[in-house]
Amino acid sequence: MTSIDENSKEKLRSVSVDLNHDASLLIDIPDALCERDKVKFTVHTKTTLSSFQKPDFSVPRQHEDFIWLHDTLVETEDYAGLIIPPAPPKPDFDSPRDKMHKLGEGEATMTKEEYTKMKQELEAEYLAVFKKTVQVHEVFLQRLSSHPVLSKDRNFQIFLEYDQDLSVRRKNAKEMFGGFFKNMVKSADEVLISGVKEVDDFFEQEKTFLLDYYSKIKDSTAKAEKMTRAHKNIADDYIHISATLNSLAADDMTANKKNLEKLSDLFEKFRKVEGRVASDQDLKLTELLRYYMRDIQAAKDLLYRRARALADYENSNKALDKARLKSKDIPQAEEHQRQCLQKFDKLSESGKKELTSFKGRRVVAFRKNFIEMAELEIKHAKNSVALLQGCIELLKSN
Amino acid sequence: MATSSERSPPPFPDSEDQDVLDAEEVRGRDSDEDEDLFGMTEMDTTPTSDVSMKPPSDIMNDPLIEPMIKADVTVEATIDRSEVTAGVIDPLSQQEAKQTSTAPVIDLSGDSQPVTSKIADPLVALFSDAPPAAEAKKPSSANVDLFDDEEGSDIFAEPLQTKPAKQPQKSLFGEPDEDVFGEPLGAISKKPVPKDKPADIFSQAAASTPSVTSTVNPKTNGVHSEEDGDIFAEATVELSLDSPRNERKKEATAKPSAPAPTSLPAAASLAKPQPPALEEVRDGMNAYMAYKVSTQTTLPMFRNKTFTVRRRFSDFLGLYEKLSEKHGPNGFIVPPPPEKSLLGMTKVKVGKEDSSSTDFVERRRGALERYLQRVVNHPSLLQDPDVREFLEREELPRAVSTQALSGAGFLKMINKATDAVSKMTIKMNESDVWFEEKLQEVESADQQFRKLHALVESLVVHRKELSLNTASFAKSAAMLGSAEDNTALSRALSQLAEVEDKMEQLHQEQAASDTFTFAEMIADYIRLLVGFFPHRKCEFCDLQGSFDHRMKAWQRWQDAQSMLQKKRETEAKLLWANKPDKLQLAKEEIAEWEAKVTQYERDFERVSATVRKEVIRFEREKTKNCKRQVITYLECLLQSQQQLIKYWEAFLPEAKAIA
Repeated sequence: MTSIDENSKEKLRSVSVDLNHDASLLIDIPDALCERDKVKFTVHTKTTLSSFQKPDFSVPRQHEDFIWLHDTLVETEDYAGLIIPPAPPKPDFDSPRDKMHKLGEGEATMTKEEYTKMKQELEAEYLAVFKKTVQVHEVFLQRLSSHPVLSKDRNFQIFLEYDQDLSVRRKNAKEMFGGFFKNMVKSADEVLISGVKEVDDFFEQEKTFLLDYYSKIKDSTAKAEKMTRAHKNIADDYIHISATLNSLAADDMTANKKNLEKLSDLFEKFRKVEGRVASDQDLKLTELLRYYMRDIQAAKDLLYRRARALADYENSNKALDKARLKSKDIPQAEEHQRQCLQKFDKLSESGKKELTSFKGRRVVAFRKNFIEMAELEIKHAKNSVALLQGCIELLKSN
Repeated sequence: MATSSERSPPPFPDSEDQDVLDAEEVRGRDSDEDEDLFGMTEMDTTPTSDVSMKPPSDIMNDPLIEPMIKADVTVEATIDRSEVTAGVIDPLSQQEAKQTSTAPVIDLSGDSQPVTSKIADPLVALFSDAPPAAEAKKPSSANVDLFDDEEGSDIFAEPLQTKPAKQPQKSLFGEPDEDVFGEPLGAISKKPVPKDKPADIFSQAAASTPSVTSTVNPKTNGVHSEEDGDIFAEATVELSLDSPRNERKKEATAKPSAPAPTSLPAAASLAKPQPPALEEVRDGMNAYMAYKVSTQTTLPMFRNKTFTVRRRFSDFLGLYEKLSEKHGPNGFIVPPPPEKSLLGMTKVKVGKEDSSSTDFVERRRGALERYLQRVVNHPSLLQDPDVREFLEREELPRAVSTQALSGAGFLKMINKATDAVSKMTIKMNESDVWFEEKLQEVESADQQFRKLHALVESLVVHRKELSLNTASFAKSAAMLGSAEDNTALSRALSQLAEVEDKMEQLHQEQAASDTFTFAEMIADYIRLLVGFFPHRKCEFCDLQGSFDHRMKAWQRWQDAQSMLQKKRETEAKLLWANKPDKLQLAKEEIAEWEAKVTQYERDFERVSATVRKEVIRFEREKTKNCKRQVITYLECLLQSQQQLIKYWEAFLPEAKAIA
């Protein structure tokens, strides 16, 4: 059972979403459990709202339940004008698992000490992935809880409160067809809708901005990931170098022995620093970019929904024109046209609000993470400097 | 991890315990090492004192030779005096005079120039320091010639610097030293006291003249038992004699950052290491890279204080060939040059201007420079006329034999040699534990260094990857910044891009430092097969080479012994068969072989002593060099970390300015 204490969670909170801390509904995931491919999260809720039966309760939830909740929210007509917080990504422990497997194969080529260190390193990596997974799930729920509209959602409340297995609810159409079908429909729609002439400058601008920004941030995320991984590789190299230096020192009978030992020691400390640089970069930079990449996707979805509503409205206009031409079913068409317009207007209005607040949220999050990252980088570099200076002095004084 | 038992990774088990353990181990090893060191030093002193004990006994024993020696000594004394006036402290120089006086004697007893050459070095220096004296000495050089020794004539001929004089010497050098040993021995064996004479020298060395030894040797012994002075027990001599004048410098034009080994006593003769500058001579596939070798020196044995010659790679190999042929059999560790690399060179020749060929050329240049440094740092090798010729002479005859070294690469050859050596080890029942241990040490260190080298190479690869990835992230962040519609955030993003750009530079520089300082250092060691740090490196392949030579000497001795055994059996048979005519011949043969056995045994002991001294010298130098190189490397790391701090600190206000 992997439990995450509050402290480490605070430290780990990389993605800051500007949550208005409304004490009426507080959600966290104090505990999570990894079983085979499934991760079971314990979702804990503390609330003063009367819509809940109890003020304090916990339920077990799986990743699939989160996805269900997300999809349900996306499909609720009333929320079409909102940015639905992006669903947490599927827990992915493949990379540390593969590495662990490879390490096991290469055990023979390493010294015992080296192997132990590599294993530790992998365990730490695994733990970090695990914590990150828990954290993104938590952030998803917290964003819902802090949203004035979404926090009142019935399905959300069921998700939080229903203490039985939620899987009975799962077999709805979207999940049956899966993401593939949905995406097909959507991209076909997008082509269709792109022909629609935008009526509002704000949305026209937002559309260009988000499309452009999305492709850029996607690229940046991939590059930042690579960069972080390269740091990690270097940290791993240091482990091996340190171990080899150590065994060299063990064989060496001359005065060089001490130098080698010191060097080995230095590399050992260095790999820890380098490892931390890698993990902090991952948390502060890569995770941030990754999260906002998904968030922007969610904002794009909002634009898409609005564009569809616009298309609907225009179609209803055409239908009304046709009806008038044929003098047939005019009131129905008028009614339909009026509804479409109303829906579109409502969507535009809330969309504008959402997008504006999204912008503010993004800037704040970037600011916070950049500051933290710079501070951490400085801290680690200062650590390295101290280590190096100490080692150089030791060598020189010898 | 997949099962529930693996669910919760244990929180970094007992890392602290390990630390503690490590510390303890370290302490344990330390004390071991100390003992060991002492053991070695003790061993070391024995041969030395042996050597120095011989001379007096010789002086007493051999009336024929004695006057000669005296002559030698007096000449030295005068030179010494001139030295003194030149500023060497009196008592010191006198001690040296004593020491040097022993040198020729050793020459006599040892009959071989190379062994003594370390000790003879100062002598050579002396002679070359004072050409007039040397010339005055010329008549006696004939005598010296009698005993031995090309080197003797060489010494005297050198100051004249005539090229014709050198040519014949070279051919002499080309001959394996067996001849040199064999002949005088043979001559001796025909004398009235044939067999006993060499043995005598030894036994008396041990017993008869302790008082003399003690007066002559306290210095040497003292020096040897002391850690510091020890390193250059020989070099000390050289240093005190030479250092006032022999500020021999190799000066770097291309790489001023190269560390000056001023901390070494030998630095007296080598103040600034200096890279061969590059110059490319292109002629289709016959193109070659010429290296400019500039030397700065105050050694009087050179005609000028500074001079530059152009050498090609094969010349460096040729120099190695000559040196190892001459000095290898005597147990000297001759530093090996970098191996030939067809692939790397072809790339350069084809003119691909990519980074790998620039890397290659820079690596090779550095390796060649370190190779030359090592050669001139070796007190005996520095005196070799071929070295001088290599550094000084305008046109060097094209080395032909080195062609054999090309292609498959040097390392492979060395590996084969290593195998051969270990096979020989099995045959040889090693009586000397010290050598056995050393050989094992060398072999295991070699393996470890190879592993380490591979690791550092992979570190370089990863660092380059990091640099590339950082660069592409920087670009990407700049793009993101341009897409961002919040002005402050956009600005911060482009600042971040700039920081990452600089980071990329840092990583790149660090990768270069990983390559040229760290990896190359290790590659050098591997080349030398023995060690971690530069000196040991060179020693590595050479160390094994010298072990190899020692074993050959042993083999020769054993062969002679079994031959002697056979002859004795023949004699017994003849005696039985009662054939007096043949018996006489057989007796003569036995006498001859007995002399040979003694000679070979002595050779073996001499080579052993030299190897041992060389190994110890190398280990000491290795330690120093290792330290220096590591410090250079760490300082480079330190610098890049300090830069990193600066960059991020500059970025911090930008991040805070986001609103």
